[in-house]
Amino acid sequence: METAPKLGRDVPPKKDKLQAKKKKPRRYWEEETPPTAAGAFPGPPRKLKRNRELRPQKPKNIHIRKKSRISKKPQVPKKPRERGPQRSLSGAQDPFAGPAPVPGEVVQKFRRVDKSKKLPRSKSKTRSRLEAAEAEEEEVSVRAARSELLLAEEPGFLEGEDGEDTARIRQADIVEAVDIASAAKHFDLNLRQFGPYRLNYSRTGRHLAFGGRRGHVAALDWVTKKLMCEINVMEAVRDIRFLHSEALLAVAQNRWLHIYDNQGIELHCIRRCDRVTRLEFLPFHFLLATASETGFLTYLDVSVGKIVAALNARAGRLDVMTQNPYNAVIHLGHSNGTVSLWSPAMKEPLAKILCHRGGVRAVAVDSTGTHMATSGVDHQLKIFDLRGTFQPLSARTLPQGAGHLAFSQRGLLAAGMGDVVNVWAGQCKASPPLLEQPYLTHRLSGHVHSLQFCPFEDVLGVGHSGGITSMLIPGAAEPNFDGLENNPYRSQKQRQEWEVKALLEKVPAELICLDPRALAEVDVISLEQKKKERIERLGYDPEAKAPFQPKPKRKGRSSTASLVKRKRKVMDEEHRDRVRQSLEEQPQKQEKAAKPTGARPSALDRFVR
Amino acid sequence: MSAIRASESSLLASSQQEELEDLPKDYPLSTSEDEGDSDGERKHQKLLEAISSLDGKNRRKLAERSEASLKVSEFNVSSKGSGEKLVLSDLLEPVKTVSSLATVKKQLNRVKSKKTVELPLHREEIERIHRQVAFNKTSQVLSKWDPIVLKNRQAEQLVFPLNKQQSAFAPIEHVLSGWKARTPLEQEIFNLLHKNRQPVTDPLLTPVEKASLKAMSLEEAKMRRAELQRARALQSYYEARARREKKIKSKKYHKVLKKGKAKQALKDFEKLRKVNPAAALEELEKLEKARMMERMSLKHQNSGKWAKSKAIMAKYDLEARQAMQEQLARNKELTQKIQLASESEEEEGGTEEDCDPLVSDVVNEVQVKANRPNPWMFRNHSSDTKEAETQEDPEELAGSMAHEASESEEEEGPVAEEEILLKEFEERRSLRQKSGLNQIAEPVGRPETKDSSSQAILSELRVLSQKLKKENRQSRKQEVSSVKTVLAVQREKPAQEEEEPLLLQRLERAQTLDKLEELSKEGCFQNKELPRAAAEGQCLERNPDNHLGAPKEKKKKEQMIDLQNLLNTKSPSVKSLAVPTTIEELEDEEERAQRQMIKEAFAGDDVIRDFLKEKREAVEASKPKDVDLTLPGWGEWGGVGLKPSAKKRRRFLIKAPEGPPRKDKNLPNVIINEKRNIHAAAHQVQALPYPFTHHQQFERTIQTPIGSTWNTQRAFQKLTTPKIVTKPGHIIKPIKAEDVGYRASSRSDLSVVQRNPKRLSIRHKKQLKKNSID
Repeated sequence: METAPKLGRDVPPKKDKLQAKKKKPRRYWEEETPPTAAGAFPGPPRKLKRNRELRPQKPKNIHIRKKSRISKKPQVPKKPRERGPQRSLSGAQDPFAGPAPVPGEVVQKFRRVDKSKKLPRSKSKTRSRLEAAEAEEEEVSVRAARSELLLAEEPGFLEGEDGEDTARIRQADIVEAVDIASAAKHFDLNLRQFGPYRLNYSRTGRHLAFGGRRGHVAALDWVTKKLMCEINVMEAVRDIRFLHSEALLAVAQNRWLHIYDNQGIELHCIRRCDRVTRLEFLPFHFLLATASETGFLTYLDVSVGKIVAALNARAGRLDVMTQNPYNAVIHLGHSNGTVSLWSPAMKEPLAKILCHRGGVRAVAVDSTGTHMATSGVDHQLKIFDLRGTFQPLSARTLPQGAGHLAFSQRGLLAAGMGDVVNVWAGQCKASPPLLEQPYLTHRLSGHVHSLQFCPFEDVLGVGHSGGITSMLIPGAAEPNFDGLENNPYRSQKQRQEWEVKALLEKVPAELICLDPRALAEVDVISLEQKKKERIERLGYDPEAKAPFQPKPKRKGRSSTASLVKRKRKVMDEEHRDRVRQSLEEQPQKQEKAAKPTGARPSALDRFVR
Repeated sequence: MSAIRASESSLLASSQQEELEDLPKDYPLSTSEDEGDSDGERKHQKLLEAISSLDGKNRRKLAERSEASLKVSEFNVSSKGSGEKLVLSDLLEPVKTVSSLATVKKQLNRVKSKKTVELPLHREEIERIHRQVAFNKTSQVLSKWDPIVLKNRQAEQLVFPLNKQQSAFAPIEHVLSGWKARTPLEQEIFNLLHKNRQPVTDPLLTPVEKASLKAMSLEEAKMRRAELQRARALQSYYEARARREKKIKSKKYHKVLKKGKAKQALKDFEKLRKVNPAAALEELEKLEKARMMERMSLKHQNSGKWAKSKAIMAKYDLEARQAMQEQLARNKELTQKIQLASESEEEEGGTEEDCDPLVSDVVNEVQVKANRPNPWMFRNHSSDTKEAETQEDPEELAGSMAHEASESEEEEGPVAEEEILLKEFEERRSLRQKSGLNQIAEPVGRPETKDSSSQAILSELRVLSQKLKKENRQSRKQEVSSVKTVLAVQREKPAQEEEEPLLLQRLERAQTLDKLEELSKEGCFQNKELPRAAAEGQCLERNPDNHLGAPKEKKKKEQMIDLQNLLNTKSPSVKSLAVPTTIEELEDEEERAQRQMIKEAFAGDDVIRDFLKEKREAVEASKPKDVDLTLPGWGEWGGVGLKPSAKKRRRFLIKAPEGPPRKDKNLPNVIINEKRNIHAAAHQVQALPYPFTHHQQFERTIQTPIGSTWNTQRAFQKLTTPKIVTKPGHIIKPIKAEDVGYRASSRSDLSVVQRNPKRLSIRHKKQLKKNSID
């Protein structure tokens, strides 16, 4: 019974003894011995001290990066830092010492580097740089994730009671249910006299400008209902738009483009932009894009007053235009069912998408630049994916095609069909709106002529033939605004300051392209061109691999013959590698070549000239 | 004799000299000299005599002495000689050098020791050597700074001046002791704290707690002490006893002891089982563990060294045989399963359940677990149950397959294939029914919207569904799809399609044989068209991720997507609560008819054709052009109407390399401009900075934006920290050794070396050496 365990309770004595041999067990009645004093062992500590003298100490004013602070498991709190006992004055210990844990998925949201891409092998110096960059990125994203806590407002939607269709909820019901301040945001302006209205909200969402077909132009602080100006331009007004701030107002009139200030004083009349039908302002580039009846798309730089580019779309009258807020590309809808994407840097469209069988009536792009909604003469409403594929994600046939479309900041889609406005909502911010069930519907007193969601307010402004209607759409707008970027509550002084900053940060017009992240890439073509030129100039490639030079060996083994043999060996090996590579590529080519040959070649083919 | 001495002395001169030098001065040369210490004068006389006797006469005289061999016989020792008395100093004489030979010797030595003076080196050479030495030393001194330089280079930020005074961190106690409560609030708080005798500085224990700890009555302390004493004594007894017992070497004793222990253990266990079943169970588990260990080990398998030796002896030795048997028995015993618990439980089950049902339940459960048949052993036994499961499985699998679209290709169990096929057919049937329902339902569902568009959709749908019905009938006949039948279907298909006014049949027709095989695997091709046509909207809406995230599948399908389909999506119409009324009211029958006509006039076709044409042109324009270098008339007949031969043209045609595939290659409804945006390219980085060798590496480092728009304030500050921070108005002095923790002297060394490398004083040299060793 050697291996049998002892059945009794007593601990095997052998083990106890072993322990005793190692260290004398401390009895509970004994005093707690303090750690051995420094004087007890004179040898090692002195040595240590000397070592420390010799070794360079870490300079105190040099900051070295620390390792990552993300916790992969969000539930487990981090261990307290081992910096010694952290005791507060009262003696209480922090139960959650150290930095607060950050959940990984939130951090992931702020990541910008695509780690799935494999990098080519790098030298140690390069690697250290890369690691430093990676650590930096991680820290930055962790910080961003931490600061998400500061977004105090949470978005939400209207939800029907069990099975109740939210589309059946009328505006009056919503107004009744919400607080007074919000209820005041729903209003109707009865302006039947001056025809269908176009409207535009300023970027802060505080001001509203509208222009009637028959020349009525007005701008007001719509929250306080304070009128800034009201004029009649005595000419047909096609479109109206705020420039970078609410102080300037561009109005596309029958003949030319005019710019007014908030007092209603005409500042400019731009005759180079004539017969403008639609206006669009690119806030970061300070560009006013105008689409004209003559088929020209003109970019006007409002900061310097120059026309940056005038592009001929070659597609007849242009009256459908929108901008992609993500990359500042202008989308034009044409009568042949295509939507073309434009940038001032290119004479041709960046892309052309065939969307509808008939003409395109309206286009809208959501704030993230991922989805585009189009409606055509064929009464269809389609949602396209703009991330490279340009394929329709969903499509619906509407009883009557939508004439106007608008996306809200949180991805709600509004469509004006005759005198009805439908709003569709997606599941979350990133998902496209589901067209099966409308989220809200509203019937207006006149035909819809213009639609825009108010930024930072759950409000949809509709300009129609009977005036202006401000609808309440719960969950439409982004609840948290960036006070430095678009502050609805800013003072005049703040506005002026912001204006200066924005002008300093103006993005050049030629940087507009489909994928703005491509600008952060190295221009490989010119890089290679430069390399080639350098090689030509020098007469050799300075970065090329040096040819193999066999090392001399001792004892007469490095005869010329053997040297040549060794050289030969290496050369052959390289050659074999090359052949192997080309063989790997060949089958792909053959496949390509095999496909087009449809019919069997005839013997008489040789006589064909 | 003196001649011999002389020769000896001359020979040994050098060595003697050395010896003499080596000897310490106070060393007594001989005892005789000590004797003559007292009478110095006489001795001096004798010395003089002895010196004079060293003359040539004496030598001759001494040479004559060689004839006195008559006097000196070997048989007797006579002290009578030539009348001279042998003095001890005579014996000592050879120690002294012979003066006559000394000069010669000196000369000889001089000649020997004299070396030719080497030619002095060139000045340049000397300087070079000096330089070399100085360089080595300097670099040695400087190499000490390497780590610091490296660290400073790698540092994110350097703050100058370097010897910044660290802000002193005073411990909180110090701060507190100097601090006094001033404001009334502070005073009040401190009053409270003092009143309650709360610790202010050392927060570990309040005085009350300390006092309570200290307070212990005398008796208690005494009792405690006695207890401790007893315990200590007992412990020492036990230790002594154990030590003694351990030393006993008798095997028999140990055997008996072990047996006794085992018995005791069993008894204990029995007792324990009655008293505390849970603990007993633990013991049992230990036993089980021991069994496992035994099964794992080779301890009692008679395979050890000892066992082998015993096996040899076993034939003759009874004891060895017994020992082996014993071992085997032990093995058996240990590896035996423990059955007793369950048996006993069965016996006692009735009674125990009454008294303690909870505990017994627990016990039972665990024992059942312990007694469960070994899964490795009873594989055969359990296989039938597994088979039953597997029989259920394919049904489930088929069900799941039915839920998924038929296009999803998965590895299917060969057994379930037929069932899956059947399921597919069923699904198709249901789908067809659905489409039929749709047909019926749609007109019913919205009779008020009698739009021309919906009519057109309906008609198309009807055509499709009819086609589908036909298809289904065929497929039902076929039962199990084979390649041949599908081929037949394919042959039929174009014919069917020709009925429809489709523009892009070419794309569909250009399917190769392997495509068809694929289709046969998937099932029927035409069926897929219907789901797409009928339910594309929902399908796409439901999983747009699928659409995007499955490039592999898409690639296959891409050829099948054609523009017509894309635009002809039979998107379900929206059920709108508020239908725009105005137009409906206005519209007449005639107007509607007119609209229809207009619609038909420009319906779709030319739009698509135009677009395709445009795309083709764009593709052609973007293709790199071939260069034709043929010159007509060279090497052959020339003239009007004659074209250069094909052979020649082929020979002089330089084919342009094929560019990368277009981005819109698989996107039929898109034309993407491939031209380079040179204006934007001017803003892009065009050269790689130093440590990077590939552009991707560099791109990785610049992908994070550093602006305050995209970052939090702190992150922005961190990202844009300057590399070097200087304090205005402060002199930035060069780095000193003390700053980085070196000893101060090293710097002065360095300066000396730099100033005058040639004239290094010995002290400096030594120090340098030391430093370098350090």
